[in-house]
Amino acid sequence: MKAICFYFQIHQPFRLKRYRFFDIGNDHYYYDDFANDDIVTRIAQRSYIPAAESLLKMIEESNGKFKCALSITGTALEQFEQYVPEFIDLLKKLADTGCVEFLAETYAHSLSSLADPEEFANQVKVHDEKIKELFGVQPKVLRNTELIYSDELAPQILAMGYKGVITEGAKHILGWKSPNYVYSAASAPKLKILLKNDKFSDDISDRFSNTSWDEYPLTADKYIDWIANTPAEEQIVNLFMNLEVFGDFQPRETGIFQFLEALPRFAEERGIEFWTPTTAVTKLKAVAELSVLHPISWADEARDTSAWLGNKLQNEAFNKLYSVSERVRLCEDRRLKQDWYYLQAADHFFYMSTKNMHDGSVHSQFSPYDTPFDAFTNYMNVLADFIVRVEEQYPMSIDNEELSSLLTTIRNQEREIEALNKEAESMRKNIEHFNEEHLLREKEEAAEKKTKKTTKKAAAKPAAKKCKKADKAAEEEAPKAE
Amino acid sequence: MKALMFGWEFPPHILGGLGTASYGLTKGMWECGDMDITFVIPKPFGDEEKHFANIIGMSQVPIAWRDVSRDYVEQRIGNVMNPDLYFKLRDHIYADFNYMRTNDLGCLEFSGRYPDNLVEEINNYSICAGVVARTVDFDIIHSHDWLTYPAGIHAKQVSGKPLVIHVHATEFDRSRGKPNPTVFGIEKDGMNNADHIICVSNLTRDTVINNYGIDPAKVTTVHNAVTPLTPEQLNVPEHKSKDKVVTFLGRITMQKGPEYFVEAAAKVLKNNPNVRFVMAGSGDMMDKMILLAAERGIADRFHFPGFQRGNQVYEMLKASDVYIMPSVSEPFGISPLEAMQMGVPSIISKQSGCAEILTNVIKTDYWDIDAMADAIHSIVTYPAMYEQLREDGLAEVNQITWDKAGRKVIDIYNKVLNR
Repeated sequence: MKAICFYFQIHQPFRLKRYRFFDIGNDHYYYDDFANDDIVTRIAQRSYIPAAESLLKMIEESNGKFKCALSITGTALEQFEQYVPEFIDLLKKLADTGCVEFLAETYAHSLSSLADPEEFANQVKVHDEKIKELFGVQPKVLRNTELIYSDELAPQILAMGYKGVITEGAKHILGWKSPNYVYSAASAPKLKILLKNDKFSDDISDRFSNTSWDEYPLTADKYIDWIANTPAEEQIVNLFMNLEVFGDFQPRETGIFQFLEALPRFAEERGIEFWTPTTAVTKLKAVAELSVLHPISWADEARDTSAWLGNKLQNEAFNKLYSVSERVRLCEDRRLKQDWYYLQAADHFFYMSTKNMHDGSVHSQFSPYDTPFDAFTNYMNVLADFIVRVEEQYPMSIDNEELSSLLTTIRNQEREIEALNKEAESMRKNIEHFNEEHLLREKEEAAEKKTKKTTKKAAAKPAAKKCKKADKAAEEEAPKAE
Repeated sequence: MKALMFGWEFPPHILGGLGTASYGLTKGMWECGDMDITFVIPKPFGDEEKHFANIIGMSQVPIAWRDVSRDYVEQRIGNVMNPDLYFKLRDHIYADFNYMRTNDLGCLEFSGRYPDNLVEEINNYSICAGVVARTVDFDIIHSHDWLTYPAGIHAKQVSGKPLVIHVHATEFDRSRGKPNPTVFGIEKDGMNNADHIICVSNLTRDTVINNYGIDPAKVTTVHNAVTPLTPEQLNVPEHKSKDKVVTFLGRITMQKGPEYFVEAAAKVLKNNPNVRFVMAGSGDMMDKMILLAAERGIADRFHFPGFQRGNQVYEMLKASDVYIMPSVSEPFGISPLEAMQMGVPSIISKQSGCAEILTNVIKTDYWDIDAMADAIHSIVTYPAMYEQLREDGLAEVNQITWDKAGRKVIDIYNKVLNR
């Protein structure tokens, strides 16, 4: 028995607008709304929506035998909510079938795992909450930004409660080993690792429409055949790719949607199942431990982090950004927090790459900037303004620890004051209550006296007057009590 | 192959980029081997490098017969010309030019610069070229820039050998689109008579095709390159100042866009007072620029040290943190490459020919002073930006060598000669 584990990535960053250095301190809005709207809407129309419709169709036609996973970043979800809400509805429909698993990842598609474990944990948590809020499911398998993974991360991921993690089947890590097994992390053996099958994934994402490829044209029949012909003991083939592959990287006219939709039928003929990552990590035992000393990812030829942290520009921007992370976490300004997420997107660093040849063309294809230097300058200007705002929140003369303790004191006192206020409030209510009761009782008593006196009306007029006076006195007393 | 080249400037006595480019190219072609080049200039000083080309000075070419002794010639011009060559040239005087202002050797005087009577000097140069072309043996003629086009045409008519002209700049670049009719006429004539035209950038090539109406098939781009700096140039004394220094080096003329530099400087200084700006060079817009800097209230941070000679250029670059060339229209622009050789990050306008071959520089539109100011700010503020541009720029510029350009020119010769 064999299974295919599909996982599709959906991510869109908040692209920055042209931000000159003289805007620093004057303009605190950083995003190019027009470009973001334009790009997100276009890709959704060309790719995300038709692809999601195909997935839905495949699930329905196969009676739920087709399963896959989606990983959607928080920044992408926010933009869909804003620009293409119909796609969110479609995603909800997919979630309702129960055949689609949503993976955990960093909210902002950030590189925080490489710099700041606390920020990483925080973002994954925020992302999980967002997924739960929209789709009502709790992610169980983690997929870090751009499939970044190393031994150092594994214990933290396990501690955060995930059963498995998805990463790249990088050749320099695997050596002679096959990616078609479940492995466990060397530094946290309970954490299972799913590895991307590079060859089969790239057949779809890169080579599908390449007419100079000797296997062109690729049909679903042939493709499933290849998978079926892998050694029998290799039980799982992990096909990880961006959802944009369908309709955008491989345009509709290449027949990519027909190819995708035909996969379940041929898979069934060959007895190949479709699993979600959670099924894979629950059903299969790890065959061996896998040690990854240096972070790997699925980007560029080198499959390391050089796509984002490969040159001086990128490292400078990255270090500058995370130099304020602790301080930002102490702040409570909502807009500041939002910008903090948006500025962490790995894309900003991707645009600053100075690689050339094949990798370079990939970088420049996605970059809204003409050159990496342009990207760096613009980002650093924005970051400078952001840091000014962070510094404005609390004076920089106080170090983080001191500030943190001061803030704790303030928060504790706030809580104390709140508790005391509540107490005072309830006391006040008690008093009011008591007074009202008291007043009612007095009135009743007075009324009783009156009825007694009217019977002796003629005899005791002066007494009646006295009684009136007492009434008045009682009335006067009442407001005082209040 | 034997080539006869006409040029106007030759190092070390240069006034602009033309001399540097002609020198580099000639040397690059010589390095490719099997080239015998005669390089003709208006006025040699005797300290030119001679091992890769035979240099002939027009100011030593007789056009009127004088009965002089060998010793006299040796004593008069021995430092710049072999007397044997003088007598050989004297045998090829083709008309009586005694009516002209010739000297005791029957030669004309040349300034070798760009004097007010430039057109007259160009004409004289062409007269002398007739003598040279009748004397020297060559297969092909190569004229550098419009000043020598008439000479090239003359040589072609005399010898029947093909003419290649090298467009280092056009009148459209120099005049920001309002060409002087006389100069345009000379240029157009040269292009029409040329068998092939070499341009220093695609930008220039487009100008030649569109503004002069030349058949694209006979116009080829050969980008300029740079000569590696000598250790002496690299190790000039360093004068680092506390402030960051942004430098403009070049003629202060309309073509170079100096006013955009001043405006960008004003923008930078508004937010970042610890920067100094230097506009080194001279030109007809210098006074205007001094006035403009004063008007913007930045005169205390904006300096005009005047024309820089020889190693002063490298000292200036070494003291700089940013080099800027905001040219409105620059056929090529060799100076940013020199700055990169000195490890200075450069900002160039997209309207410069060198922008076509450089990656590790910042390119902005010449009119986009916001982008320019932003780029300056970025380099002086972020060390990573400075280091990245400096190191990758150096690596990049070291790959741009004249022998590659020379090889391309030789290929063009072969094509023209049907070899």
